[in-house]
Amino acid sequence: MAMWLEFLISLLIVVSGIFILVGSLGLLKLPTLMTRLHAPTKATTLGVGGALLASVAFFLGGERTLSVHELLVTGFLFLTAPVTAHFIAKTYLHLYPEERKTLPVLPEPQQGWSTYVASRSPRADEQQDSPHE
Amino acid sequence: MIEYALIFGFFAVSVALLMNLWRLIQGPTVVDRLLAVDTMVINVIALIILQGMYQRTTLYFEAALLLAMFGFVSTVAYCRFLLRGDVIE
Amino acid sequence: MVPEKQSQNFRQRWLPHPLLTLTLVVVWMLLLNSFTLGGFLLGTVLGVLIPIATSHFWPGRPLLRAYGKMMAFLGIALWDVLVANVMVARLILFRRPESLATRWVAMPLELRSPEAITLLAGTISLTPGTVSSDLSADGRTLLVHCLDAPDAEVAVRDMKSRYEARLMEIFP
Repeated sequence: MAMWLEFLISLLIVVSGIFILVGSLGLLKLPTLMTRLHAPTKATTLGVGGALLASVAFFLGGERTLSVHELLVTGFLFLTAPVTAHFIAKTYLHLYPEERKTLPVLPEPQQGWSTYVASRSPRADEQQDSPHE
Repeated sequence: MIEYALIFGFFAVSVALLMNLWRLIQGPTVVDRLLAVDTMVINVIALIILQGMYQRTTLYFEAALLLAMFGFVSTVAYCRFLLRGDVIE
Repeated sequence: MVPEKQSQNFRQRWLPHPLLTLTLVVVWMLLLNSFTLGGFLLGTVLGVLIPIATSHFWPGRPLLRAYGKMMAFLGIALWDVLVANVMVARLILFRRPESLATRWVAMPLELRSPEAITLLAGTISLTPGTVSSDLSADGRTLLVHCLDAPDAEVAVRDMKSRYEARLMEIFP
């Protein structure tokens, strides 16, 4: 394997290892759940993405085989990380209603945030959704 | 050179997993624990990929892909359970 | 124009979501991890059959114009993800947690289509110290949590000009 490629792969692995470490350190160190949520969603996703890129380069340069599975895993992680973060934040708001007092007030206060309003029956949800189709 | 980088990677991910484990045990709320488990799944994916490079085999990527999918689905399902008291309505 | 209408019906019946078909074929080829003609044919068959089988779940087709601008937006978002990670890493490592100005921010939305709002929320979650946490019940305001934002107005203005303005051009 060429020297520069080897150096690049090593650099990618080390940098992604540092990012994974920092993400988990943030999860450990930060004081409240909402601040903790920031660290793993970003740093860890990028860390894994870097490791996957290194793997593509490694198998392309070392074994002369183009392995594209990694791109699939990376894409999947980048698609799912925001969804997971959104769900965790919603769950936190739902389970700890005292946080509600610190939320900003909406321009139309009767509307409210959906986590607190959506406690209607599922039937009502369906009826609301039907004109949309 | 890559071998040393890989050893550093193993070290970093293992320490990260230990930190997540501490948050999982200590975490004051159930949401903290959920976040810790989700992060652990992502870190284990990184560990699997590093191991694949270490052994020079592409055999592990299906495992990484499946773990990514199951981690996502289980986190979302548990969140839904906490939000609605039911997974599928 | 009878023939044109017929061809439109044909397309709606057999190829309801061309983009979904393309995505399915590409994902199938990535899963196989090697290019063979048989694999490609099977992927095409699956890519045509699955959208037909599931077409009742999404009757409308998400409108998308300006594919070039979409690519530019993805490029900017990817670059911002990199910058954001370095920034958040610095915050975690070198700042005392008590000195962080964490706050909730309400971001009024001008986008209306669900796809565009989803994309915006996802981008915000992956970029600088912000996580989109909730949507108002009428879908016109996004609740964003900022890790370190001394000024709420500036944070909202940045997000609006950087991402929402671009998405407005992509989604009608």
